[in-house]
Amino acid sequence: MKPQRFDATILTLCFAFLYIPIIILVVYSFNASRLVTVWGGFSLHWYQVMWSNEGLMDAAWVTARVGVLSATFGTILGTLAALTLTRFPRFPGRVAFTGMVYAPLVMPEVITGLSMLLLFVAMNIDRGFWTVTIAHTTFTMCYVAIVVQSRLITFDRSLEEAAQDLGCPPVKTFFAITLPLILPAIVSGWMLAFTLSLDDLVIASFTTGPGATTLPIKIYSQVRLGVTPEINAICTILIGLVTFGVIITSITTKRAEMRRIRDEHVAIRGIS
Amino acid sequence: MAETGATAHTNPLRWLVVAIPYLWLFLFFAAPFFIIFKISLSDTAIAMPPYTPTFEGFGAIGDFFSQLDFENYGFLGEDPLYIDAYLSSLRIALISTLLLLLVGYPMALAMARAQASIRPTLMMMVILPFWTSFLIRVYAWIGILKPEGLLTLLFQTIGLMGPDDQVTIFRTDYAVFIGIVYSYLPFMVLPLYAALEKMDGTLLEAASDLGCPPWKAFWKITFPLSLPGVIAGALICFIPITGEFVIPDLLGGAETLMIGKTLWTEFFGNRDWPLASAVAVLLLLALVVPIVIFQNQQQKVG
Amino acid sequence: MAKSLGPVKRKFSPWTDPGAVPFIRFENITKRYGDFVAVNNLTLDIYEREFFSLLGPSGCGKTTLMRMLAGFEEPSEGRILLQGKDMSGVPPYRRPTNMMFQSYALFPHMTVEKNIAFGLQQDGLSKPDIAARVEEMLKLVKLESFARRKPAQLSGGQRQRVALARSLAKRPKVLLLDEPLGALDRKLREETQFELMDIQHTLGLTFLIVTHDQEEAMTVSDRIAVMDKGVIMQVATPAEIYEAPNSRYVADFIGDINILECAVTGNAGDCLRDGHPPVVRLVSNGLDIAVEQECPVTAGDKVGFAMRPEKVRISLDKPADTTVNTAHGEVWDIGYLGDFSIFLVKLEDGRILRAAQANVSRLVDRPITFGDSVWLTWPLDAGLVLTR
Repeated sequence: MKPQRFDATILTLCFAFLYIPIIILVVYSFNASRLVTVWGGFSLHWYQVMWSNEGLMDAAWVTARVGVLSATFGTILGTLAALTLTRFPRFPGRVAFTGMVYAPLVMPEVITGLSMLLLFVAMNIDRGFWTVTIAHTTFTMCYVAIVVQSRLITFDRSLEEAAQDLGCPPVKTFFAITLPLILPAIVSGWMLAFTLSLDDLVIASFTTGPGATTLPIKIYSQVRLGVTPEINAICTILIGLVTFGVIITSITTKRAEMRRIRDEHVAIRGIS
Repeated sequence: MAETGATAHTNPLRWLVVAIPYLWLFLFFAAPFFIIFKISLSDTAIAMPPYTPTFEGFGAIGDFFSQLDFENYGFLGEDPLYIDAYLSSLRIALISTLLLLLVGYPMALAMARAQASIRPTLMMMVILPFWTSFLIRVYAWIGILKPEGLLTLLFQTIGLMGPDDQVTIFRTDYAVFIGIVYSYLPFMVLPLYAALEKMDGTLLEAASDLGCPPWKAFWKITFPLSLPGVIAGALICFIPITGEFVIPDLLGGAETLMIGKTLWTEFFGNRDWPLASAVAVLLLLALVVPIVIFQNQQQKVG
Repeated sequence: MAKSLGPVKRKFSPWTDPGAVPFIRFENITKRYGDFVAVNNLTLDIYEREFFSLLGPSGCGKTTLMRMLAGFEEPSEGRILLQGKDMSGVPPYRRPTNMMFQSYALFPHMTVEKNIAFGLQQDGLSKPDIAARVEEMLKLVKLESFARRKPAQLSGGQRQRVALARSLAKRPKVLLLDEPLGALDRKLREETQFELMDIQHTLGLTFLIVTHDQEEAMTVSDRIAVMDKGVIMQVATPAEIYEAPNSRYVADFIGDINILECAVTGNAGDCLRDGHPPVVRLVSNGLDIAVEQECPVTAGDKVGFAMRPEKVRISLDKPADTTVNTAHGEVWDIGYLGDFSIFLVKLEDGRILRAAQANVSRLVDRPITFGDSVWLTWPLDAGLVLTR
């Protein structure tokens, strides 16, 4: 087999493996029948059922609020952590700090969840909305730190030096030069943090309390009882939202890329 | 980077940049591990919080320590259930990581060899499922794998199975492997792709020019140079899989023993917090070496 | 030279005036990074309106020295005086110097106009003042029609001019240029060199330039400091650096040169010509050399004899006097450079001497070719004794 055809086959099989289960899930959310193997015709019935399920809707609202808050806090803390990692080559405990930033990326969630819960209990904090938000802030900030750090590593420090050389004090330089230039990385860090928070079951299960049931917890408890098209419906909406977000982002970056190419053409014309 | 303008004229407030995330991570990530360790030495109690001794001022500190013991660890050592769960977790994580490499490497290689213009699209297609919920992706497999599910239907339709036969991999280790490979594939493919994509194409041309056939060039040039990616991918998958809970819980059967599931059951089912903590401490100890390797590697990259 | 240099430069040499006050003074500057000494106890004076070059290979400490003046690094020891004022502890944003960065460091999210205005805004100038100055700067670098473009929409040469305009906008007392022309192609670089000289002359500023390109340094500078391993080897005008290098290092770094290791056989005493400096006599592996130079050496000293290839005459004919300043050998290789040809002549003892000959006629077949037995001769003032 020619290498190219071999590669194409591999990619087709792998992408089929990645996407078919999701496509099936979406398709069956429009199934009029309750049975997974029987196609009972197209219907939006399960979306109505989902809509009138107050528990599910409450959980969605809690999740959205936790997501926005923890992603925002996580982005602020993560950006500070990224600055620490790239701009402070020497300070006491740097090794420990680096460890604390990288460890949550691979730490099994059961451990992170349990340890946070025990902290909240030891501190006598009532578990609920805020404990979930704090827990999510803590693990999402590490992902944000990695994303922003990789941008800062390639950041041309002479831009900041140039600003200072022209009379701009350091703090002002950060807001006038550095922040606008790393903003795309911060925004994608926020989006990553938000989806991670939206997605999390294990840590939320440990750190939640009465009245703060998140959507994954709700979905999990229903899934344990069996597959229902209603869950397919809410999953489809989540997938739709995420896909929409990712496509919008990629179109925006594509536009920026096109603009950059056009700029380069202008520049080449500028020489002649 | 050497000291530069920013550090040459230090403003003490600059250190807030370090202090804020440092304190946050210390309080909410590092400190809890000491608490876990402490509680793993306590006894179960029917109270809230369900363990004794609780911490009651410094006067009681001697008292407090005298009540701590390694009883829970002894219990873990005696009960074969826990030892089996550990070994089984490591076995499942190891096999899954190898399977992931087996699936992920050809995929990453095919992506890296694709035309430069379509590579970003392929990359986005790998990342896209990662953005959708983990739970949803595992849930999607239940409908496919369960005995009266779509896989059975497919096999019956194409005649691989009689109308009364059913696919019996749901609630077995096989389903767990499928779920893990499916969920972790992007984590394996991305570091591999990053390592393979930045490889200089002229290296293979040089090898070929010097008389090396393609398959040999792969083993002598491509594979050794992609090793950092292989190690990164393997660690990023192996460590969290060892403590995985959702996949064995939803796809695995009663005989699927994984330590994450055991911890969850001890905690939520039996409400034995000290024992759950002891399980967590031992799991952490088992993963210390791979985590340290992972961090060293990340720092090298950073 | 065919190019117009604008108004002819006046005789400018404040460094020869003992009463002149230096504009910038580096006083016993040492800079260490851990165990590495980047700049080692260096003292240097630069005068007002001077176009001064720091020249040396990468890692010689020239950039570190410039960055200390800009305020991005603090000296480990010593101090920097600007117009007599100690700059220690003054942050970069309060120093009256501006820098043009090697990478240009143009702010990618701002237009050309905004880039040039950035420094003026920091000074809190009024809007009309800023606009007027930006316009003036754009005119100076001939980019009036590009004001609204972003840096990404400019060519390399245009970016370089924006960077120059931005660093000049605040009328700094000293303009620092870090490898300013390194990213330009050769032709553009040469043009820009003359433009830089023009601008420096018109605005009457002090320019300090860091470069590893000796031709660039020779073209633009009033004086050059040749640096190596954190110390200054020689500070002099371009002509002095070329014709009278003070060490083997400087001689070798600038231009093409023959260096022969010699022993001194005699000094002073035997003046060959009236009113000229005394002659030093050397021997280099049987080769007798006489150099017209005042030089504190005595018989037996080990020295170097340095001589530029264009000062060596190459001939097929045996000269009348072969006792001194003459060598015999065989043409081993020829480098044809267009304006010059370089002959590599292998002496009988295997050493190679280089002789350059201007290609004054349009002959394609040169009279001297590979393998020819040739004679090299040079006058008394062709070479130089190097004691370092």
